[in-house]
Amino acid sequence: MIIDFPPPAILIIGALIVPFLKGKIKNWYVVLLPAVAFLLICQLELGSSWKVHFFGFNLTFLRVDKLSKVFGYIFTINAVAAFVYAFHLKDDTQHMAALFYIGSSLGVVFAGDVVSLYFFWEIMAVASAFLIFARKTEKAQAAGMRYILVHIFGGLCLLAGIIIYITQTGSVAFNPMTDRNWATYLILLGILVNAAAPLVSAWLPDAYPESTVTGGVILSAYTTKTAVYTLVRGFPGWEILIVIGCIMAIYGIIYALLENDVRRILAYSIINQVGFMVCGVGIGTMMSINGSVAHAFCHIIYKSLLWMSAGSVLYMTGKSKCTDLGGLYKTMPLTLIFGCIGALSISSFPATSGFTSKSLIIDGAIHQHLVWVWLVLEVASAGVFLHAGIKFPYFVFFAKDKGLRPGETNKSMLIAMGFMSFMCIFLGLYPQPLYNVLPYEVHYQAYTFNHVVAQLQLLMLSALVFFLFLPLLKRTETISIDTDWFYRLGGRLFYNIMDKGLNGLNRVSDQIFVRGLAVYIGRVSRDGPEWIALISLVPAWFIAGIRGEKLTRSKAKIHLALRTGTTPVGISAAVATTFLLIVFLLN
Amino acid sequence: MKKNKEFDFFDKPENIKKLWIMLYVVCGLLVVPDFFTHRHSYFGFDGFFGFYALLGFISCAVLILFSKLVGLVLKVKEGYYDN
Repeated sequence: MIIDFPPPAILIIGALIVPFLKGKIKNWYVVLLPAVAFLLICQLELGSSWKVHFFGFNLTFLRVDKLSKVFGYIFTINAVAAFVYAFHLKDDTQHMAALFYIGSSLGVVFAGDVVSLYFFWEIMAVASAFLIFARKTEKAQAAGMRYILVHIFGGLCLLAGIIIYITQTGSVAFNPMTDRNWATYLILLGILVNAAAPLVSAWLPDAYPESTVTGGVILSAYTTKTAVYTLVRGFPGWEILIVIGCIMAIYGIIYALLENDVRRILAYSIINQVGFMVCGVGIGTMMSINGSVAHAFCHIIYKSLLWMSAGSVLYMTGKSKCTDLGGLYKTMPLTLIFGCIGALSISSFPATSGFTSKSLIIDGAIHQHLVWVWLVLEVASAGVFLHAGIKFPYFVFFAKDKGLRPGETNKSMLIAMGFMSFMCIFLGLYPQPLYNVLPYEVHYQAYTFNHVVAQLQLLMLSALVFFLFLPLLKRTETISIDTDWFYRLGGRLFYNIMDKGLNGLNRVSDQIFVRGLAVYIGRVSRDGPEWIALISLVPAWFIAGIRGEKLTRSKAKIHLALRTGTTPVGISAAVATTFLLIVFLLN
Repeated sequence: MKKNKEFDFFDKPENIKKLWIMLYVVCGLLVVPDFFTHRHSYFGFDGFFGFYALLGFISCAVLILFSKLVGLVLKVKEGYYDN
């Protein structure tokens, strides 16, 4: 029997039941939900769909083709492993947030139209932020808020693009974009925010390292990879993606080399790896698209494994900085071995999954005779071994013994890491099952003698450079300024400029108008009549012979009379007449 | 102190020395096949002897030096954003 039911619904609706379950049943339940979704995806037939009529649009909540299925497989497999890893966790918020997040990622992947895609895209952004908030530290709250704001910006770009796109084409269908105009560029920008492309990438290393131990594992897989999926679906062959991908690949390495916090290193290496995939989409041939998809598949597995390994260390020691860690090989040997398998896979070491997937993208560049692209990707491949392949395990498990003796992490975490390690090696030695589910047919053999030797030369010499340059790589208790500077300190700078500028203007206006001019006018209105009276009376008194003390007394009398408003009628009349005279003369 | 002596292979200088020698030997051995096999060249310059070894060495050295250089400008104290 074939059930045409959207797999995202299983996780999203299933999440609502989580708070009603108790103890271990809750943990088993969250592990089984994605497993059921996986089985559902396996039996979906290519070409089937599930449509809903909504406000005059035909929304497609289920579009089954090879591309959506392969992302569906890996999203659910990774979810099962992540929930096994989180088997000790009792926090309903995190379980529900993770289920909503993973469910909506599946929603994006199976969406056949831009409206439902946008709908799931926004749920992803909000749900995932709770995996950061759940760390419950002040830093995590702030990072989570920044994370949401950046994704709201990306979401708004996407929404604006989608609205223009629908107005222009009259269709909501989400297929490869051929026109290059405002609509498609806005959609592309919205997607690139999630892909952590240059200038809009800082949210990733800002937020992910602040997430919970298990949250980091889940976050590392979905946001950037749904973006890769969306690029593959909507923007294959857009040359600009080649440039963006190459920059990402190198940029990720440079920053990962600078960082001290293990989870920040891993965050930057996500950008580096997604760079390879984005580049593959930009090349746009069947081979390179296959490469991008295969690499996304393998990347999710080994990157989760790396985050699991770093998470275990954080879980057991409470530390994640290279400067605080070292010598853990003595007490966490299994975490070390699993971490190393992840590290070798991300470095595309022969016999691991990175080798059988990344080679497809690099071969794609070679086939298109893109010499510079090929060279950048090879340099980046060597660099990956530096920052993720060696730096991560070396500083955490070896380097200088810091006297930490935490012991091995808990059993469920080890089982999850063991499973992911098995997957890395299995797909490295026997990639055919993966090749079979890729969007296009694959005729590729990664294991030729020359290819293996070339890759080993590249990697082992990188290793040699790492150890030769070790003194230069000494860790410091620092972070590195990224583009988030503009909205973190730049925002504060803007506030200060506004504060000093506008409030300064206020102060000057206050000084001139409120305290200066108004007081002056007040004084003139109060003292004016007295001056006029004295100006007209003093000469008269003078002529009348009033001088000395008598004059002073007369002046005081006038002053008192005008202040109290008790002037004799004659004086009032004299002042009024003088006033009228002045007015008449001035006229 | 624990009763069982803990595994500290990587703390001993003599073992580190052995690992260094191993690393050099492996790197040396890996370029040996280039004497015997002819690697297909895609772009003309990528077929010569020890190309990938050289590429690995140079690109990593440049990446480390470059990151060190930009680090002078980009690295700030951890509490940079708190003040």
